[in-house]
Amino acid sequence: MATNIVRNENSNRPATAPISLRLRHCGRTFPGTRGSHAPHVALQPLDLDVEPGETLVLLGPSGCGKTTTLRIISGLEQPDIGGQVWFGEEDVTQLPIEKRDVGMVFQNYALFPNMNVEANIAYGLRIRGLSPDDIRRRVGEMVDMVHLNGLERRPVHELSGGQKQRVALARALAVRPRVLLFDEPLAALDAKLRDRLRVDIGQLLRSLGITSVYVTHDQAEAMALGDRIAVMENGRIAQLGTPREIYHHPGSAFVADFIGSVNRLEIKGAEEGQLMVAGGRLSVARYHGASVLYCRPEDIEVCPVTQAAITGRVLQTFFLGQSQRLFVDTGAETPLQVESPSREQWLPGQTIGLSIAEEALFSIADAQ
Amino acid sequence: MTTASVRRNGRRGMFYWQLAFTLLICLFMIVPVVMSVTAGLTENYFVGLSSGLTTRWLVEVWNLYAQSIWLSIYLALSCLGVTLVLGIPAAYGLLKSQKRWASLVEELLLMPVAVPGLATALALLLAYGGFRGFRSSWLFILVGHVLFTLPFMIRPVLAVMQSINVVKLEEAASSLGARPVQRFLSVVLPNCTSGILAGALMVLTLSVGEFNITWMLHTPLTKTLPVGLADSYASMRLEVGSAYTLIFLMMILPFLIVVQWLGQVMTRKASARVS
Ligand SMILES: Nc1ncnc2c1ncn2[C@@H]1O[C@H](COP(=O)(O)OP(=O)(O)OP(=O)(O)O)[C@@H](O)[C@H]1O
Ligand SMILES: [Mg+2]
Repeated sequence: MATNIVRNENSNRPATAPISLRLRHCGRTFPGTRGSHAPHVALQPLDLDVEPGETLVLLGPSGCGKTTTLRIISGLEQPDIGGQVWFGEEDVTQLPIEKRDVGMVFQNYALFPNMNVEANIAYGLRIRGLSPDDIRRRVGEMVDMVHLNGLERRPVHELSGGQKQRVALARALAVRPRVLLFDEPLAALDAKLRDRLRVDIGQLLRSLGITSVYVTHDQAEAMALGDRIAVMENGRIAQLGTPREIYHHPGSAFVADFIGSVNRLEIKGAEEGQLMVAGGRLSVARYHGASVLYCRPEDIEVCPVTQAAITGRVLQTFFLGQSQRLFVDTGAETPLQVESPSREQWLPGQTIGLSIAEEALFSIADAQ
Repeated sequence: MTTASVRRNGRRGMFYWQLAFTLLICLFMIVPVVMSVTAGLTENYFVGLSSGLTTRWLVEVWNLYAQSIWLSIYLALSCLGVTLVLGIPAAYGLLKSQKRWASLVEELLLMPVAVPGLATALALLLAYGGFRGFRSSWLFILVGHVLFTLPFMIRPVLAVMQSINVVKLEEAASSLGARPVQRFLSVVLPNCTSGILAGALMVLTLSVGEFNITWMLHTPLTKTLPVGLADSYASMRLEVGSAYTLIFLMMILPFLIVVQWLGQVMTRKASARVS
């Protein structure tokens, strides 16, 4: 599929190189509205650079300002005074959305109910005044690309959620936008469909090479789709980096916790290459004096108690299918989370031995 | 008899009771209309049907009140035009406004319905009664009708706009390059037709039947159907008044049925779309 797309696109697209996208000092303060009277800072002034052809994912909990950032890029929202939005070498801050050449895909599809599939996809082309022949050809290409063949004449209310989102995607891509913007496009779909569409979107984004910003609060989606991820917290960017960097070297406790689960190991003391922690001691070659170390549940291994660095008592087990999650009481404030193979049987109350490889331990700059 | 069949019989008995009750209520409401209609068709109401049937009263009413009838139609259509032109943009504006006063305006929209028509009319007379030309023209009544019916246009249109999330649709259209006017015409209007139709139905019927405001505002030359009706009841033979009712019904019923049917078709379409 991916290779097809590349060929189709290249054959009749004037070779417009992807552009970069830059936000400079873009903040957003909402005045008091119907509910509350106090002004509300939804976004603290931030700088953001998206490379040409890159997919940047904005990831964060509800209300952290992801949508606001996306809307500022699209032109649906204006940044506070002083903010600037650059598409390539063009300052588009003052341009209304209809002049910015962006494609948008929304969580609730926002398909036009008064038009069928074809007419929805053709909408932007008709607005741009393309000839009927060109429109027909381009709509045909789009229908192929998102696998909607045979549904061209369907009214949109007769489509499933996944099909609707494909139409929305085709509609946004049909006009060959400079920047593609997604606001939680898969959030309304069920898990299975979400996975399928996520793969499709990923392939499309890679093959089309359009500069894209993708908003989600689903970390798996972020990891799979993002060339880079910006983790947002309370209207600011907490960390920006590749999925690997973010996962393995989280810059703050918030990021570590938001992306997957993380264990917190308090260091009670150090002696000759060993760190005392609740339930045992860890052997490390290098120690920088951090008072807290972290590790991921999947980096903790279960081993015979005699060879264990840490021992504890199993509190609870959760069977996940491909693995199981153990909660182990080591005497620390919070139990350790351990990911273990799903075929092993553990009973609550059992004593268990754990070991952690040194390279799996990391410290976090802002940790208290 | 088994308990099941007892229960079934009991249920059937209940059904007949309900049917009888419903029919009785219907009869109670229909009889006056039928009597009124037959009165308009009998030679002499006090003698009864034996005096013979006639269309004489109908002709007389038409000769006397044709002008009112035309005025009513004209007025209702003008009122519809004005409420469309004012109401749809108003609903759209209310929808888009995030300001605190928007919700206040929404509440205020109910006001003309709660204030007695006579009070509205009096206020209009006090404010604009001095402008002779305006005061004696049908436009004066039109203003009253628009004041009274505007909320009935705005409310259903606003409700539809909210239910189909017009704001999101417009955002999608604008991202595809549509300018404000383009997206209003191609996306907002076509998706609000069910609300517009429902509003139009209300406005037309309310305007044709409106009495309170019109009665206060009318002049001998600007008499509408309902005012003429009151007039004929007060000053003419009973048969004339009844014939008048008949004409009124003949005019308004087919029209109502058509609009109602249209409205149903549209809502069915719209609800199919939403689900
Ligand atoms: N039009 C608005 N008026 C007032 N406050 C707003 C407006 N839009 C957003 N906010 C506020 O700004 C903050 C950020 O909102 P935003 O929609 O960007 O969050 P989000 O990260 O997209 O969250 P979600 O995952 O729930 O969509 C929120 O606290 C929200 O209440
Ligand atoms: Mg959002």
